Amino acid sequence: MARVTVKFFAQVRELAGVEEVPLSIEDNATLDSIRQVLSEQNESFKNALAGTIVMARNQTIVKADTKVADGDEIAFFPPVTGG
Amino acid sequence: MVVATIQFEPLNIGQLQAQLFEQTKGAGACVCFTGSVRDYNKHGAIEGIELEHYPGMTEKALLALAASTQKKFNCDGVAIVHRVGKVLNHEPIVWVGTASAHREAAFNAAMYAMDALKQSVPLWKREWSGQHATWVDSKAADVKAFERWQTSVEDE
Repeated sequence: MARVTVKFFAQVRELAGVEEVPLSIEDNATLDSIRQVLSEQNESFKNALAGTIVMARNQTIVKADTKVADGDEIAFFPPVTGG
Repeated sequence: MVVATIQFEPLNIGQLQAQLFEQTKGAGACVCFTGSVRDYNKHGAIEGIELEHYPGMTEKALLALAASTQKKFNCDGVAIVHRVGKVLNHEPIVWVGTASAHREAAFNAAMYAMDALKQSVPLWKREWSGQHATWVDSKAADVKAFERWQTSVEDE
């Protein structure tokens, strides 16, 4: 099992109701599978993670099929709107 | 010279520009862009904005953008400074300064840095009106603006 921390930002954080959540997930899990697991946990996560979500692994934006490793910092957030 | 910072405090545009000049002596061209908070959106007047960031990642992404912009356009210097937290109407929210031997590279570098920033740096804006704050949606025009650079890179 891999233990990761999942962080949420902006609208995703507000809808999730928490800033971050610890998660134990099977080895070789991908970011997309983490999204699915969380979406099945409760309605808040399901709503937060619906729609267009940008995914980051250890503070770098990555694709949904990227695999995670033990100790990773994962983040889900909406498309950015700086500038 | 590469500079990339975020700050809660108001930007001192004059000082930033002076620093860019000082640190890129010999450059033939310098372009400075300032983006400010508009006092309205499509629904009417707003009272200001608030910018959320991802501590750690936002700084890294901004620095990576400044460095890649310098390399891509062979600039003498690229500096990007972005506000976070609450920003009042009409206050500067972002400043980009580029210095290069010739104007084309400096102009292109500044334009590219802003187009890429709006797609790759984790910052999220919400607008305040009365007691309500509304998250700003990403714009298709911003996506398109960045895509033209990707096309031009593939052409090279």
